[in-house]
Amino acid sequence: MNQNALTITNAHLILPGEKHAVKGNVRVEADHIVALGDVHAEADDIVVDAKGQYVAPGLVDLGVFSIDKPAFHFGGITRAALMADQNPPLDHPARVRFAAQSGKPDFWVHPLGGATRDMAGNNMAELALMKDAGARAITTGRRWIADTGTMLRLMQYCAMLDLPLILHSEDHGLTGDAVATSGEMATRLGLPSAPKEAESIAIERDLALGRLSDAHLHFRQVTTEAGLKLIRAAKSEGMRVTCGITPAHFMLSEVAIGEFRTFARLSPPLRHEDDRQACLEALADGTIDVISSGHDPRGPEDKRLPFADARPGMAGAETLLPLTLNLVRDGVLSLPDALAKLTSNPARILNVNAGILATGAEADIMIFADDKPWIVDSAKMAAAAGNTPFDKMPVQGRVIRLLKSGKEVAL
Amino acid sequence: MPISLSLRNAPILMNTQNTADYPAFPEGGDAFRHANLLGIEGLQPWEILYLLKEAEQWVAMNRQSTKHDDRLAGLTVINAFFENSTRTLLSFEIAGKRLGADVVNMHAAQSSIKKGETLIDTAVTLNAMRADAIVIRHGSSGAVQLIADKVDCPVLNAGDGQHEHPTQALLDALTIKQRLGRISGLTVTICGDILHSRVARSNIICLATLGAKVRVAGPPALLPDGIEVLSAEVFTDFDAALDGADVVMMLRLQNERMSGQFIPSPREYHRLYGLTQERLAKAAPDALVMHPGPMNRGVEIDSDVADNMARSAITEQVEMGVAMRMACLDVLTRRARKMEGWS
Repeated sequence: MNQNALTITNAHLILPGEKHAVKGNVRVEADHIVALGDVHAEADDIVVDAKGQYVAPGLVDLGVFSIDKPAFHFGGITRAALMADQNPPLDHPARVRFAAQSGKPDFWVHPLGGATRDMAGNNMAELALMKDAGARAITTGRRWIADTGTMLRLMQYCAMLDLPLILHSEDHGLTGDAVATSGEMATRLGLPSAPKEAESIAIERDLALGRLSDAHLHFRQVTTEAGLKLIRAAKSEGMRVTCGITPAHFMLSEVAIGEFRTFARLSPPLRHEDDRQACLEALADGTIDVISSGHDPRGPEDKRLPFADARPGMAGAETLLPLTLNLVRDGVLSLPDALAKLTSNPARILNVNAGILATGAEADIMIFADDKPWIVDSAKMAAAAGNTPFDKMPVQGRVIRLLKSGKEVAL
Repeated sequence: MPISLSLRNAPILMNTQNTADYPAFPEGGDAFRHANLLGIEGLQPWEILYLLKEAEQWVAMNRQSTKHDDRLAGLTVINAFFENSTRTLLSFEIAGKRLGADVVNMHAAQSSIKKGETLIDTAVTLNAMRADAIVIRHGSSGAVQLIADKVDCPVLNAGDGQHEHPTQALLDALTIKQRLGRISGLTVTICGDILHSRVARSNIICLATLGAKVRVAGPPALLPDGIEVLSAEVFTDFDAALDGADVVMMLRLQNERMSGQFIPSPREYHRLYGLTQERLAKAAPDALVMHPGPMNRGVEIDSDVADNMARSAITEQVEMGVAMRMACLDVLTRRARKMEGWS
């Protein structure tokens, strides 16, 4: 009897390289996938009937600010890359090692090492030691490193260590204490604001340094037309550059901050509608590689404040999948392409053997109903806090069953 | 998605306001339909005019030797000022007292916010004391709305961050109306630190809603992006902005809100944007000079301009402030006082 084996039957599989879902089964032994497609359950296998629903890899969430298992499991997320902006920050090998263990066994955390001590942007942290401790990439956090020399040396180290450098693209000299994008909305509300060019200026500098250092740069959130244009050009030039976005920036424009709604206070701030359209275009043409939740649950003590005093961030883990499926329904992306931005692309950047349904890959698997309707309700979220700008929004798509390393997670 | 914000819907101007007189107002409470006064944005032109008209009786009363009315007797008005203020706080205090209310002032410096209490908790505390109106000033845009959502009584915004300062705009409109007889059709030039000024925002919206042509002038660094959508014509050349203006409104440099350097020096600023007698000559011959105070003499305005009683309405603005705030306190408490037609 093989108590460690499990077969998912009656599934529509999302497989790498396939344009459509493929009917078939998945067989898992211990924590790995051993066979796919036309395979059958063996005598003692646990059988999980997918009932004709989609079966895809568990989501790999590149860039979250909090480990919030109930929310991640609800959202089908089996691994998350934890930003270094913690209190205290992940700028020390010991903290990285602790974070790497913090979710196991039913959730895996891939820590992102802080690039500089205290995230202050001045002195480099121990990058190689953090890599040994389990850091999958290095990040500047939600900060801008003003010193160009420091930035170049950081990139050189990251290139040598073969660690991607995950960047926040806002030139702090322009943003200062801004909480909104300059324009009509910010002016009407009287909020400190910065021109959206703060993003493209930051990207342009870091791309130039990237050419010097040959580091793999990942811009965690690119949200403006000008920024995306730069990424597109850098990619066509053959640079090792990738970028991501969160659903808020392709679903919402700055109008969402009206009436000082602090749940829509994000970093970078929401942009104008034409930038949102540019984001959709960049998702469609592959300029944007990754969609992540940026999960940052914040309670009333951080959010029930005047807009500029509130902390940025939103609880996004639960809505990551359904909001991304909106792109499929709107014809922006095919289902496999949309899922690739949630699974295989971030897994490749983090260099982890997951995010893919393939023989030998870690058995992180979700079964989801792409059309199952539900209503986002900030009062009833699984997350540690309900700070979502999508409160009361009807969405479609929900995870039905979830396996982490071959073990079913109770939802 | 719960997102509906009416952008760009410039208020529809009533035909009646091209006359010096006021239009016929809707009956009773329909003349002013809001529970709070959080900003000028969202007010209809007749609602603004209604408040101005209501203030006129108090202008008259305030000039008598006995300045007292008892319509707010028994009501408690709390002035909760989370940011320093002299004239606005005093003005609200006098306004409440002249209407017979029990007025209490709360200063941030002596309040529990210094002890770490959140704004919401402070609001709930004020509410539990059963105030009948709360007047709030706070350094953050939107803070007053946040409090208004948590309390049961009317809330008056006495300035929130860089957002709005509605009673200042109303008293400025009242001053213009008293001095020049009308607002519609006038050209008003607002000069100075527009970026950090809540007074500028409220005034632009108020004056444009009432049919004035509004110009804003200042160095580009102090002009917010998108200010033109608030129906203001934007100038960096102060002299050009002054050309033929009927009203010149000068603003102070809000150094306390600046992060970073916005002007090279006060001396240079005065050279470019200081209102001198010579500059004032470029405006209309009888142009009115205004300033919400406090003034920085020799920076944005010269003393001989500020003190020229024939042209300067600066002290009159202070006088109108009391009357205007009396009108606001009166109108906003009418529903609670169960005044006929205001239920």
